[in-house]
Amino acid sequence: MLIRLLALIRKEFLALLKDPKSRMVLIVPPLIQLLVFGYAATFDLKQIPYALYNEDNSAISRELVAAFDGAPAFHRVRTLQAESEITPLLDSRKILLVVHIGQHFSADLLSGRSAPLQVIIDGRNSNTAMIALNYVSDIVQTYNTKWSAAHGLSAPPARLESRAWFNPNLESSWFFIPGIVGMLTLVTTMLVTALTVAREREQGTFDQLLVTPFQPAEILLGKALPGFIIGILQGTLILLIATLWFHVPLLGSLPALYTGLALFLLSSVGAGLLISSLAVTQQQGLLGAFLFMVPAVILSGFSTPIANMPQLVQTITLIDPLRYFLVILRKVFLEGAGFDVLLNQLWPMALIGLVTLSLANWLFRNRMY
Amino acid sequence: MNNIRGGARMRLTALVRKEFLQIRRDPSSIAIAFLMPFFLLVLFGFGVSLDADHLPVALVAESPSLDTADFLASLEGSHYFAAHYARTMHEAEQDLRSGKINAIVHLRANFAAGLRQNDGTPIQLIVNGVDANTARLTQGYVQGVWANWLARRAQSRGQELQMPVQLVQRVWYNSEVKSRNFLVPGLVAIIMTLIGTLLTALVMAREWERGTMEALLVTPVTMTEILLGKIIAYFTLGTGGMLLSVGLAVWLFDVPLRGSFWLLLACSSLFLLAALGMGLTISTLARNQFVAGQVAIIGTFLPAFLLSGFIFDIDSMPSVVQFITHFIVARYFVSIVQTLFMAGNVWSVVLPNVLALALLAALFMGITWKKSRKRLE
Repeated sequence: MLIRLLALIRKEFLALLKDPKSRMVLIVPPLIQLLVFGYAATFDLKQIPYALYNEDNSAISRELVAAFDGAPAFHRVRTLQAESEITPLLDSRKILLVVHIGQHFSADLLSGRSAPLQVIIDGRNSNTAMIALNYVSDIVQTYNTKWSAAHGLSAPPARLESRAWFNPNLESSWFFIPGIVGMLTLVTTMLVTALTVAREREQGTFDQLLVTPFQPAEILLGKALPGFIIGILQGTLILLIATLWFHVPLLGSLPALYTGLALFLLSSVGAGLLISSLAVTQQQGLLGAFLFMVPAVILSGFSTPIANMPQLVQTITLIDPLRYFLVILRKVFLEGAGFDVLLNQLWPMALIGLVTLSLANWLFRNRMY
Repeated sequence: MNNIRGGARMRLTALVRKEFLQIRRDPSSIAIAFLMPFFLLVLFGFGVSLDADHLPVALVAESPSLDTADFLASLEGSHYFAAHYARTMHEAEQDLRSGKINAIVHLRANFAAGLRQNDGTPIQLIVNGVDANTARLTQGYVQGVWANWLARRAQSRGQELQMPVQLVQRVWYNSEVKSRNFLVPGLVAIIMTLIGTLLTALVMAREWERGTMEALLVTPVTMTEILLGKIIAYFTLGTGGMLLSVGLAVWLFDVPLRGSFWLLLACSSLFLLAALGMGLTISTLARNQFVAGQVAIIGTFLPAFLLSGFIFDIDSMPSVVQFITHFIVARYFVSIVQTLFMAGNVWSVVLPNVLALALLAALFMGITWKKSRKRLE
């Protein structure tokens, strides 16, 4: 029985790895993708191209300009002489924002009135725009504090003191890199599982497999294990890169993280095999893989928080295994969480895994085509 | 002469007919072209948003007074927050750890007294920094509430607020700052990349794998005609899916289409050619459906999602990564659709991107053509 099963697993591994192109596809791209995506996925702006339109041109306004030029994220690409230059520059996306200092700026400041500083920003990507405006407002606030102190103005009666737990500098890559670990693991399991049964159906070898003494459960196990083993190995490699290369702090319990990984693999291997056993052709398998993978990623809370979604969509995300795994990854990495906090994330993945695997098992024998 | 050309046209018509017959026999391509954009766009159009609302926040006042109530009431009144009072700081911290709340606003026991001192009193704000973007938004919203409260307070006492420089912001193209307005056009680009690529990723490999390519090649048809037949068939299918997506974006999600519809259509067709070309290239190079399918899974969705500028700002990526984004077809189309939808016909954005799309389409088609011919030898 065990020998039989081993032979089956050996066959599945051979089917996956004997083609050198297939071997390459499994190993190289996930690593390259982690490196590239790890640098790409961040909401922190490092290069904000802006134009300055200074109608005041006094020593006072130049001090404010110096604050912008000195900020590492801001990069002045143009200095404007007329208002008419603004529209074409913003339209063409050569700049993200215009800092406009009116001609009465220093006069207003010196006479004790509030001096307006106008910022016109390209809102085509409203998220980038809001972040950039935040940066601008930080600069203005620093300037205001300095000005008030230097001119003996009284401080406001209450001041805001902000602190961020778990990620004191609010580095957004700390949020995204653990997420990428989850996404790439999902993609790999899809690679290994979504097309396997469909390929055998298309080539007719699945019928041959069904007339052997193997039980459907054994065939299922043979199909599931390679995905599981490759997933664990690759997950480990990706975790190592995330901590050693990107220096994302890993504070929590490793056993909890690996339990999460194992259950996530169980559920995504189950989903992959379910898709594969529903598909008659590889084209259908591929369609199924995308119809599962794309929503699983976009609705997982990877880039847009689940809390922002309407209630109905939030309910749909409950069947998304990646949703739970992302919470585990982020909590273990950054918050130092252990089993006690994560139980609520673990059992839904186990449930999804059980349901999908049993359905796939049933479909192996009963799918008509 | 006429006879030969007429023969070529007949052969091509027959090839296109054959592709459509195959499409009909396995309806999954029709599902890719129509079901997928509909399902994904509806799900994401409603589901995906970066505009945080009703952020769960705990308020802690160590010694409640009229002053603390005044400040906290302005937080409670803001639609950005779903605020509730916590009795102790300990309780609030527990909730922050368990993820029940995103932030704590903490007023110390000496808050009321500090308000009347010269150097002011601190308001402590603690945010959960794991989701840095939401944390920043929360900080920004609290800051807004704080500034309004200060202004109101000064006004009610007949004082002038000492705010030397006042930031006046104007957001162009998207004055309501709705993230859906840029996410939906971006999603159209991502979904169309998937559709274009998926439609063709397996078709060449399938012909080689089943031996039907050799069968085709012993007939008078040429490789160019075979390729054209496939492109025409799947281009027709893809255009249908694209019209559906644009229609959904405009009518279902009310994204303003400020540019010309015909220009959008022209750019989309070019983009579709590039995406189909990418699929054909994968299919031709992989030579079997299994590997082609794997490459399609790895090479299309995540790169288009993360490297196209759809949500992550390309300018802020390191230069090596920026270089890589130039090979992502979706990057050019994301830029075009975001501009055409929200800003209008801005030629200085459209033209360079159209040129890049044309180059990539030609490159992919060229590779496919060359590699397919080579296999004959």
